[in-house]
Amino acid sequence: MRNPLSEKVVTIKPSGIRRFFDIASEMKDAISLGVGEPDFDTPWHIRDEGIYSLEKGRTFYTSNAGLKELKVEIARYLKRRIGVEYDHNHEIMVTVGGSEGIDIALRAMIDPGDEVLIPQPSYVSYEPCAILTGAKPVIIELKAENEFRLTAQELRDAVTEKSKVLVLPFPNNPTGAIMERKDLEEIAKVIEEKDLFVISDEIYSELSYKGDHVSITQIPGMRERTVLINGFSKAYAMTGWRLGYACAPEVILKQMLKIHQFAIMCAPTTSQYAAVEALRNGDEDVARMRDAYNQRRRFLMDAFKNMGLECFEPYGAFYVFPCIREFGMTSEEFAMAFLEEEKVAVVPGTAFGDSGEGFLRISYAYSIENLKVAIKRLEKFITKLRNR
Amino acid sequence: MLREEILTTIEKNSRVDVHELAVRLGSTEEMIADEMARMEEEGVICGYHTMIDWEKTSMEKVTALIEVRVTLQRGQGFDNIAERIYMYPEVKSVYLISGGYDLLVTLEGRSIKEVSTFVSDKLSTMENVLSTATHFILKKYKDHGTIMAKKAEDERQMITP
Repeated sequence: MRNPLSEKVVTIKPSGIRRFFDIASEMKDAISLGVGEPDFDTPWHIRDEGIYSLEKGRTFYTSNAGLKELKVEIARYLKRRIGVEYDHNHEIMVTVGGSEGIDIALRAMIDPGDEVLIPQPSYVSYEPCAILTGAKPVIIELKAENEFRLTAQELRDAVTEKSKVLVLPFPNNPTGAIMERKDLEEIAKVIEEKDLFVISDEIYSELSYKGDHVSITQIPGMRERTVLINGFSKAYAMTGWRLGYACAPEVILKQMLKIHQFAIMCAPTTSQYAAVEALRNGDEDVARMRDAYNQRRRFLMDAFKNMGLECFEPYGAFYVFPCIREFGMTSEEFAMAFLEEEKVAVVPGTAFGDSGEGFLRISYAYSIENLKVAIKRLEKFITKLRNR
Repeated sequence: MLREEILTTIEKNSRVDVHELAVRLGSTEEMIADEMARMEEEGVICGYHTMIDWEKTSMEKVTALIEVRVTLQRGQGFDNIAERIYMYPEVKSVYLISGGYDLLVTLEGRSIKEVSTFVSDKLSTMENVLSTATHFILKKYKDHGTIMAKKAEDERQMITP
């Protein structure tokens, strides 16, 4: 029999999280700070709207780009939150989570040999999705001393004649880093000068703790060259509903829609009806959850300070990214020992790229009570390490 | 702003101490302590109670909601009659209500008989009280914004990207 597999697929490394997950989930009574999804349930009025749509028998496909009322609400939301206008007829499509948006945006823009610039540490799917399009991923290693923001110099140094797309993952998973307006203005100059396109993954946009989130689409000249990815998972605690959206100039969106039409057909209908309710009446829920996350963030930063654990102050998402270099262990060794000795699961920074070496991703999508227990164990663990 | 943030935080858990409040709200212990003292003085904070599910204890407790219709005398508001009712310690709450009746009284007693006796002997016999309707609470599903049923365990996967 011939080899049934595609060479390209086989060469993609499995997610670094996987192996660790297998060990952690085997361990009895371990607690976790390892999740990348909210601890809140989807607000009831949103769930209720989903249930109602099922009761009404709305179990059909929607149009490929999504329910019109949802696209209208997305356009209103973006106008309201970032002041950027998108035409719901031609520039907005509803996707199966933000992840699908990233995948089809890359597929719509990349030809084999093109280079995709990917800042890391960042979400695990950008690099493999880029590889699948035949692109050459070019990794930009973000640095702790820049608070893991992307600087214009770093971008400039990575660009070649083949560079086509920059993935912009802020607020960032796993570091919690954000890009403020001035940071975006700086890189916008390079993007314009080098004629790059941007896939801006703003899935954590509502979880910003230093003033309102700034989207790169707000910077003059950038909307025309950007695919904006967002969704409902993080802001409305709707991960399992699998619903996101992409906004882009018609010329790009049209091609994305073509892929989506053939590969996916349409995003889940029940989720789309629930999402309409989320956008119409969910602002208060978002604010309530953001305030809760912010309290936990401050709580963790204070706890790290007290135990002398180095950590830059992150202003986005629900992660902190402390540095563990002082212990002379790799991220993976540290995470493994912490799991074995104190039964707490955290994710090694290296799961998000080599530049995550020396760091841990700690999620605060947990109640303060849970965090207190875990932090106590962390303190015990590092005290032990320091006395070894 | 700080005031509201303090209140929404301690409304759910009054045991959060001043230090932790300061950390979580990005403020200082002095500011938190001052603001709380002021709110206690102004009567914004009226007490620090404990949510108890008495059903899980050996104490017998019966709670009833009583609708009370009253007649008012000339020159007399609801305040007088409300006071005469709320002064009884077994009365847990008294609300002036819009709609078909006037006052909603929450009453706690050790038995149905005790509550009934209070209604027939004390409440109904007040001269301003026209009528009462007593509803015994059979089960509390949610109280003070807290769902009484045990919360499901965290069903999320241990580690997700």
